[in-house]
Amino acid sequence: MADVTFTVDGKQITAPAGTLLIDACKSAGIEIPAFCYYPGLSLQAACRMCVVRIEKMPKLATACTTTVAEGMVVATETPEITQARKATLQLLLGNHPLDCPVCDAGGECELQDMTFKYGAADSFYTEPKNHREEQNWSPVVYFDRPRCILCYRCVRMCGEGMDVFALGIQNRGSSAVIAPNIAPSLSPDNLAHLDCEQCGMCIDACPVGALTSGAYRYKTRPWEMNHVTTVCTHCGDGCKTTLGVRSTSDGAEIVRGDNRDKSGINGDFLCNKGRYAFDFANSQERITTPLVRQPNGDLKPVSWEEAFTVAGKKLRELRDTRGGKSIGVIGGNRLTNEEAYLLQKFARTVLGTNNVDHHRTADYVTFTQALAGQKGRTASWNDTKSYPAVLIVGGDPTNQAPGTAWNLRSDVRLNKARLYVANTSEIKLRRQARAFLQVAPFGYGALAGYLAGDASAASNAALDPTALGGFLEAVKGEEKLLILIGSELRGADLKRLIEFGLTIPGAKFALLSDYANSRGAADMGLLPDMLPGYTPVPTPGPFTEHNIPSEPGLDLLEIFDAAAAGNLSALYVVNSNPVARYGVDPAALKDTFVIVQEMFLTETAQLADIILPAANLYEKSGSVTNSYGDLQLVQKAGDRSGVRSDFEMIVRIADKMGADVKALVPFGKGLRADMGQSRGAQSGEADRHAVWLTANNLEPKLSPFDPWAILDEIQRLVPGYDLLRLQLLSGNDQHLEPAAAAATASRRDLVLPSGDGLFTSGTLGRFSPALNDVQRYQAGEPLIQIQTAAD
Amino acid sequence: MPTLVSHPDEVKVISRRFGQGAADIDRYLELDGYKAVQKAIAEGPDWIINVMKASGLRGRGGAGFPTGLKWSFVPKQSEKPKYVLVNGDESEPGTCKDHVIFLHDPHAIVEGTMIAGLAIGAKMGFIYLRGEYRYLLKIVEKAVADAYAKGFLGKNIFGSGIDFDIVTQSGAGAYEVGEESALMESLEGKRGVPRIKPPFPAVVGLYGGPTVINNAETIASVPHILLMGGEEYAKIGSERNGGTRLFGISGHVERPGVYELPMGYNLKKAIYDVAGGIKDGKKLKAVVPGGSSCPVLLPEEIDVGLDFDQMGKAGTMLGSGGIVVLDETVSIVEFALRTISFYQHESCGWCIPCREGTDWIKKTMTRIYNGGGNKKDAANIQYLAENMMGRTFCPLGDAAAMPTLGFIKKFRKEFEEYIEGNKAGTPIITVQQLVGAH
Repeated sequence: MADVTFTVDGKQITAPAGTLLIDACKSAGIEIPAFCYYPGLSLQAACRMCVVRIEKMPKLATACTTTVAEGMVVATETPEITQARKATLQLLLGNHPLDCPVCDAGGECELQDMTFKYGAADSFYTEPKNHREEQNWSPVVYFDRPRCILCYRCVRMCGEGMDVFALGIQNRGSSAVIAPNIAPSLSPDNLAHLDCEQCGMCIDACPVGALTSGAYRYKTRPWEMNHVTTVCTHCGDGCKTTLGVRSTSDGAEIVRGDNRDKSGINGDFLCNKGRYAFDFANSQERITTPLVRQPNGDLKPVSWEEAFTVAGKKLRELRDTRGGKSIGVIGGNRLTNEEAYLLQKFARTVLGTNNVDHHRTADYVTFTQALAGQKGRTASWNDTKSYPAVLIVGGDPTNQAPGTAWNLRSDVRLNKARLYVANTSEIKLRRQARAFLQVAPFGYGALAGYLAGDASAASNAALDPTALGGFLEAVKGEEKLLILIGSELRGADLKRLIEFGLTIPGAKFALLSDYANSRGAADMGLLPDMLPGYTPVPTPGPFTEHNIPSEPGLDLLEIFDAAAAGNLSALYVVNSNPVARYGVDPAALKDTFVIVQEMFLTETAQLADIILPAANLYEKSGSVTNSYGDLQLVQKAGDRSGVRSDFEMIVRIADKMGADVKALVPFGKGLRADMGQSRGAQSGEADRHAVWLTANNLEPKLSPFDPWAILDEIQRLVPGYDLLRLQLLSGNDQHLEPAAAAATASRRDLVLPSGDGLFTSGTLGRFSPALNDVQRYQAGEPLIQIQTAAD
Repeated sequence: MPTLVSHPDEVKVISRRFGQGAADIDRYLELDGYKAVQKAIAEGPDWIINVMKASGLRGRGGAGFPTGLKWSFVPKQSEKPKYVLVNGDESEPGTCKDHVIFLHDPHAIVEGTMIAGLAIGAKMGFIYLRGEYRYLLKIVEKAVADAYAKGFLGKNIFGSGIDFDIVTQSGAGAYEVGEESALMESLEGKRGVPRIKPPFPAVVGLYGGPTVINNAETIASVPHILLMGGEEYAKIGSERNGGTRLFGISGHVERPGVYELPMGYNLKKAIYDVAGGIKDGKKLKAVVPGGSSCPVLLPEEIDVGLDFDQMGKAGTMLGSGGIVVLDETVSIVEFALRTISFYQHESCGWCIPCREGTDWIKKTMTRIYNGGGNKKDAANIQYLAENMMGRTFCPLGDAAAMPTLGFIKKFRKEFEEYIEGNKAGTPIITVQQLVGAH
């Protein structure tokens, strides 16, 4: 739209016509206060705080509903306006409990800030305030009615933003109250409750302390925490979560997760898991001492030195006696890129094996191969916010990648994007879709075939094949189309779908996976036949310098087959639980020496000969890559004494094996790049490093346990990982396009989607009290029986 | 049911058929019923709008917006269907004019709705009655059903090739939905809260379609205007205030009732002549001239013409034509308290100044009335009302603040008497109140 020029407080401002005055002023550095206005949500004009004086208008006007016009003359701070705002605050405070000293929002409260600014400190009234008892709406959402200022942000956030509509307004006038969707009369305990996605967006949106988090309330004051922004460990969206961290006697405890500063790629959004499910880190079930299996079968706590020594000695012995090819390595989906890279490098160069794999939740190998040689064809996360048309084939973003679902809903709502959904199930996003095609059971392959031009596939592609023609025509009519693909599509099906998409000139692609670094694990070569950057094993290209075995290794299931056949001498599992995931027969490992790095005594860890207590993604630094290929920095937030990062443990084991640590991790050269990120404020790690370095006569430049030491190599060698260090350090996301070679020989499909929903998160989720509470609550268990996460 | 009243000064236009059994469709037809709509079909939309403009008819809901002009704002072409809405949410205390129309002449509303529909090219009309008028809904429903039975509504009305349907709907009991956009929300099945304007209903109204929404009395006037001609109708009233209006005169008068008087008729005459003067020969204390939201007039201020402009000059409003006459026995503090209690109860709660302001004014006035007032209370009430004026989302806040300011300014002494009468000094903050306060 054309620009218009107008005057605000004597300052000339130019903004596109149609811009809201409040936004235009903000862009020009003039902040107009508001409670009810929330960018992206419908306008309310209810709080009357944003009133301004516009020349030729009879009354004060609300800046949140006024669009800028040519020649408009506006005053935003005059005695009249100040008085109007002050009076509004006085009215609000008249019934406000003023319990700021114990309120969760104290120090982070917009009502406090406004009162501070406008000085509405006088009280005129002698009547008692309207009071209502606080309500426990769900294990994670509490409502304190007296604090509520009725800005309706929560109602809109839930309805417009989340498409859940669990909150509404009851009664009227001074009795008006925000109410959840389960009325007391319908509830077993006769209290009002919430039946929703438990995302907690209402809490984030609340400008005051009316809505509080069950996981955080009354735990601490905001200024007593350190706030660390990092990437959520749960799904593959890569949302930023801000973790509130407090020192404890045995480390640093994460007490809060939220998204208050909204500076991440996720913008306004954070889901249930990102907000509450940090608490696995504080679980009492965590392993905090290395354990070594004794001849009698018992696990005995030992010192780190002993554990590393036994592990290193044994691995070296088995490699030297039975050969590297008798050793298997399984990595995880929640390792950093640096750890994943290091792990495969360790396997390939120190152990001498290509038997490397991970729990694959999407077929990135085919995805990148099908797009080999294409530039600019992969969609970044940010594309999902603004692309004019989106086709989703398979997947269910609402449950699997809630942030993606948020972006798509917002894109439809705010940008009038056209959404096309093809799915075997009636997924929730069909509600935003212009067209929904119900795919026949197991029909994704047929659908891909049909889309690619095979008319005979129609009968197997859709429940109603007559709907296919119109759907295809509509999709083909799009000039810019983002094709989001679920993990149901793999191998040849995936390839065919991408081939179809490539016929649309403006099409971009993304493949959804399930965990924080599922994409990174594949990109970093935790695969038996692919080196980092999808470099095929027989032609190692940039990795020639590493002297890698030329034969592809065993995949994850072949590793267990080899174990069952007595051919696997050792298995090294880093942050993965393949025994539970793939339903492997535990007896298969009876003759295999198993080392597991884990947080918990998982089904896999229980079979181990050595268990090394590991830090999680919230306790380390490095980088992760989301489903879309966007690289982001993770920062150390929490800390737990007795655990170590997977990175450090790999290096220690390599060291004990007698490997050349400097060849494995090229530390000590290059710039000092860690800028302190690797060390939390409370950590004793720095000292530990210094002691180890001194003891080993090494220059104290960049520790070999510092993941940044290997970033240079990733950047140098991994095709497509041409990242900008400065971007990464400043917390920005970078979209990467790993440049795969064209397809190699057909491989078997080992993709196993996690099947996680809104309230589960693989093995990790089982150890989150918050997720467990929410699951039980959503399953209908009365709230009173549920030990809430806060207690 | 109010009994019908009559006075020689009345000019019977809208009330022509009152008391003549016109709720029966055959009787209505005998009394020139459904002639205007046939004339409207014959002459076409432009003619209708021109007649309406010439008539000088201004919205009878209280805002006084020229009806012909309002209709002309509706775009001729629209992708979405256009609608006509009849606002029968008559809820302003002291107002009972639409009530008698629905009771005695429901077909005038049906016919007026059809004419408005023809004027703007709508195919559907809605007649919305306040929740408390459910007993009138039956009458209106019967009128609509009878019109359908005669073939006046539905497909191809009067052989014109035009379709027109009418739906009746009852509210759920909220003063707030008398505000046009809140009424549309309510009609759509949502919470009765006003919409942000612009866009105005003429562009984006009911279900997003261009909508004309008129007060029931306005709509009932339309058939008469078309039959008598716009200029003729305009001649009846005063300058820029065409025609007649139904005035409901209530309170301490000898002959309370609904009278149809020409616009601009003198208020004092209306009270003393038409309504027979103050009951039992008592002294007049105050007049609330146009429904409870209009600032009160003192006896010396009532020599004024009853039209939108003259009342505005007198510092009050013509409002909805509900004249409430108070004699010397009335306690203004109690009357003000009752007034604010109504608005406090009816505030929808959407915006802060109205929701909280009406509540605190009510609480403070209650305390004054109960003998617990303190010296700052009158000033506080004034401060609250002044800070509500013009600051609320919709006019309800003004409707509460305006009369409050009128009472507190013109009868300040009376408030102070209440406050100071409490010379013993009832404790202002009781222990219980402190304990109860959070």
